[in-house]
Amino acid sequence: MTAGVDLSPKAQAIGSDEDVVRVRQLVRTVAVAVKLSLVDQTKLVTAASELARNTLIYGGGGNAEVTVVDDGRRRGVRIVFADSGPGIPDLDLALTDGYTTGGGLGLGLSGARRLVDEFIVETAAGKGTRVTVTKWSR
Amino acid sequence: MERVPVLKIGDILLVSIQIDMSDQTALALQEDLAERIVEIGAHGVVIDITALDIVDSFVGRMLSTIASISKVLDAETVVVGMRPAVAITLVELGLSLNGIRTALNVERGMKLIAASRENDLGHDEEVKDPEPGQAATSA
Ligand SMILES: Nc1ncnc2c1ncn2[C@@H]1O[C@H](COP(=O)(O)OP(=O)(O)OP(=O)(O)O)[C@@H](O)[C@H]1O
Ligand SMILES: [Mg+2]
Repeated sequence: MTAGVDLSPKAQAIGSDEDVVRVRQLVRTVAVAVKLSLVDQTKLVTAASELARNTLIYGGGGNAEVTVVDDGRRRGVRIVFADSGPGIPDLDLALTDGYTTGGGLGLGLSGARRLVDEFIVETAAGKGTRVTVTKWSR
Repeated sequence: MERVPVLKIGDILLVSIQIDMSDQTALALQEDLAERIVEIGAHGVVIDITALDIVDSFVGRMLSTIASISKVLDAETVVVGMRPAVAITLVELGLSLNGIRTALNVERGMKLIAASRENDLGHDEEVKDPEPGQAATSA
């Protein structure tokens, strides 16, 4: 059925804003392969764009890993964004709409959470931040 | 860095974004447009995003900023061709494109600018030459 479609995990380094573009393209390719609906593809790619930019700007760079997941009933796309930056001191605050320390709109993190099905942030001061998001096919 | 071309059609600038823009490319476009508006005395800017399969907070902010800049420079910005999936996603992201005029396609966007230009001119004349007597009567 899926012959010819490569569903192995893929990684993309995030070190420049061109890499943010590459993350978007990679996530879209996998979302299409897993047959997410057009709206779900759009939501996932948008969330990935926000999180990749945060990894670059606040995390000082890092990487994104995209994997296809399967819970036995449906397939989905999982993306892990990881950096070794300063971490997020107050996560609740950072997840508030409009909160920014960088002069943005403060919508990236909170908006990305609304656009995906599962959203996990692990962060430690001075160690870094890891954001895992998953979108399931319907 | 790739650049997005800006076309001139009469006194309107047309930008059709055909690539997945990096943040640098988006910022460069914002600056190019500001310069071109002044250079040609543009009255309107039409930004065609038909080819964009996402608009994230960065590009959304760029569109708002272009609209604000053009307003200050006496030009009107209309964003055209937003895909339904993009509109749905923008709302859920929490991005309100406040102050941005939108139209279905380039043709309607150009018409919108022409129409609001005519309105403005008509309105200006009324304010400039009020009949002194009439103004007194209606007061
Ligand atoms: N990977 C990260 N490492 C450290 N801090 C982060 C990271 N991601 C987000 N933050 C912090 O969380 C805040 C909120 O992030 P969010 O993406 O919501 O907003 P923003 O990036 O400031 O603006 P926007 O994304 O709307 O342009 C950031 O301003 C930053 O302080
Ligand atoms: Mg952000």
